[in-house]
Amino acid sequence: MSGGVDSAVAAARAVEAGHDVVGVHLALSRMPGTLRTGSRGCCTIEDSMDAQRAADIIGIPYYVWDFSERFKLDVVDDFIAEYTAGRTPNPCMRCNERIKFAALLEKALDLGFDAVCTGHYAAILTDEDGNRELHRASAWAKDQSYVLGVLTAEQLAHAMFPLGATPSKAEVRAEAAARGLSVANKPDSHDICFIPDGDTRGWLADRVGTSTGDIVDREGNRLGTHEGAHAYTVGQRKGLNVGYPSPDGRPRFVLEVRPKENTVVVGPREALDIAEVAGSRFTWAGMPPADPATPFACEVQIRAHADPVPAVASVTDGELVVRPDVPLNGVAPGQTAVVYVGTRVLGQATIDRTVSAVPA
Amino acid sequence: MPVYLDHAATTPMRPEAIAAYTEAMGVVGNPSSIHSQGQQARRMLEEARETIAATLGAEPIEVVFTSGGTEAINLAIKGMYWARNSGARRPRILVPGGEHHATLDTVEWLERAEGAEPSWLPLDAEGAIVVPDGIEGSDAALMTFLAVNNEVGTVQPVAALAEVARDAGVPVHVDAVAAYGHLPLDFAGLGVDALSVSAHKIGGPVGIGALVLNRTSTVVPLIHGGGQQRQVRSGTQDVAAAVSFAVAARAAEAEREAETVRLTALRDRLIHGVRAAVPEAVLSGPEPGGAGGARVASNVHFTFPGAQGDSLLFLLDLAGVSVSTGSACQAGIPEPSHVLLAMGRSETEARSALRFTLGRTSTDADVDALLAALPGAYAQASRAGLAERSPRLGGGGAGERA
Repeated sequence: MSGGVDSAVAAARAVEAGHDVVGVHLALSRMPGTLRTGSRGCCTIEDSMDAQRAADIIGIPYYVWDFSERFKLDVVDDFIAEYTAGRTPNPCMRCNERIKFAALLEKALDLGFDAVCTGHYAAILTDEDGNRELHRASAWAKDQSYVLGVLTAEQLAHAMFPLGATPSKAEVRAEAAARGLSVANKPDSHDICFIPDGDTRGWLADRVGTSTGDIVDREGNRLGTHEGAHAYTVGQRKGLNVGYPSPDGRPRFVLEVRPKENTVVVGPREALDIAEVAGSRFTWAGMPPADPATPFACEVQIRAHADPVPAVASVTDGELVVRPDVPLNGVAPGQTAVVYVGTRVLGQATIDRTVSAVPA
Repeated sequence: MPVYLDHAATTPMRPEAIAAYTEAMGVVGNPSSIHSQGQQARRMLEEARETIAATLGAEPIEVVFTSGGTEAINLAIKGMYWARNSGARRPRILVPGGEHHATLDTVEWLERAEGAEPSWLPLDAEGAIVVPDGIEGSDAALMTFLAVNNEVGTVQPVAALAEVARDAGVPVHVDAVAAYGHLPLDFAGLGVDALSVSAHKIGGPVGIGALVLNRTSTVVPLIHGGGQQRQVRSGTQDVAAAVSFAVAARAAEAEREAETVRLTALRDRLIHGVRAAVPEAVLSGPEPGGAGGARVASNVHFTFPGAQGDSLLFLLDLAGVSVSTGSACQAGIPEPSHVLLAMGRSETEARSALRFTLGRTSTDADVDALLAALPGAYAQASRAGLAERSPRLGGGGAGERA
């Protein structure tokens, strides 16, 4: 229970479904902030108190479990390392993979629990053979199946998402209000919980320092200077500090970040078009198809809030290769490609290679 | 009803203290008012002060009521520090490493905000403060220490420490919150400057405590206002809480010796039973009847190798037994016990601690209930293991790391 409305309603629904429920708040920072600021944040003392009050109203016991060390190692340090390597990580995904459905779930199973129940908007369905499948939530606008795409069959076997069939967030808020939960109107958290002011670039600069480097075009011509390559992400347009206008008068975008050379490559928008992405260590969110090495029709999604794109995919020896029907835009290594068939999540891989649709 | 083995956190209020509290709350009159009703309230307040003073070997004028132990400790440490540093520079504070957070955080605040220089006195492996052979007192503002360690139950060498400080001309504050009701306290006999106690640890109400302050000692007040209580602690005095505190103090002192005998037997049964149930468990603090120092009758503290204290606490709670990890929490986050760290134990050990504390309502049945639940809880908590291990589940993403 994060202290937000979704996990509070999820807990209440789990109780009503007849489960024996204990509220657990994850302490993810050794130095929690005292109060929420604005709409952001988690891991503050105020959030912990909100979660406790929700547990009181629901009538369940409540504990704080400390995963701050694991969170630092597996999520925060990973985030820094990925950015430093010129990749664009998704820390919420990493938290689901390594904390909520790994460290927390394991501890829970060992202590005698059967499942971890969260307020994620996603659905778990069962096929005719009883195998569990991960699906998009009914409320597509709130769907969080993308950030759960890392879950494996074993993890799904011990996961519960009671909000998956809810038509809208508004309904969850109304239900929370009807249940007397004070968090009914609490603003959504967003951005990255361990960067409370939302300034990812400044946060990274404080931790890895800044060193000036070149901004170049695809031909290697120097166009300007940046203050740390890690602050740039593929597809970024703002804050490039290159002279305007470009020779052809069109805006320029970050095409590539080369951390070893401390260089940022920029170019026209169409150069962002990606015809193929590949990633190793594919994980299946449930039963894999009979012959995943034979190309199959699917949809691929590369960001939490991106639209799925029709594609053809294959998985051979754990390596995913996806060719979208239309080029993907702004794909960075380190992002996760989640493969769907209809509403079902088949699985995911971290992108480590892309092929441009427009060769330089 | 759950079995309550956390009497050091707070202990049930005595029925007679509740009765005295509720009755006194019906009395109108500010004890500082001059009229007859004020005088009546004043009389109740001063009688309570006399009763409490008698249980502490102090003069009534020396008892300054506060909102509790934490305020008393803050008043003593900050107040003495400021008083000793007006006109002279005496930045040093002599303080052991295993003190309660009320002391540690106050000293560390003085260090940051006022340039205080703590001299941390070491603890031995049983948690006892090592008495220095002598101290250089000319630049020392004060010495402060616990009479009984609140986590591991070590009875501290209060008289010896006080003597060393006195020889060096350094004022002394004794944090007697965990000792009150369990050990005889003789403020005059000790010859210290200040001593802190709290009512709710002896069956009185939460929200009142006292700083016993020698009439010749000076502190700079924390709270300014109407000049009540020797101008040391302004604010309208809480007559009803003081009356209830006094009833609890009188009762606790009257039964102290008999309770010490009873709780010592119960404590030793609990220690023996934990060792029989979980042979791996390691007692922290002095061994009862051992060659080392004394252990307070109410305290049992073990580390459980391979298990996290908060997992054990959770499982025992599910089994209906209330215990503590003994260390401080912020937002419910358990921290590794700084007391165990100061005793030379590892951080892993310090996270595997559980404290069982006994009190007036503790019975053999309570101990039996704990001992019945403990082996299963330990086995299960050991499976959950320690927080620092790498998770087994999940194979995706960038998850494969050493």
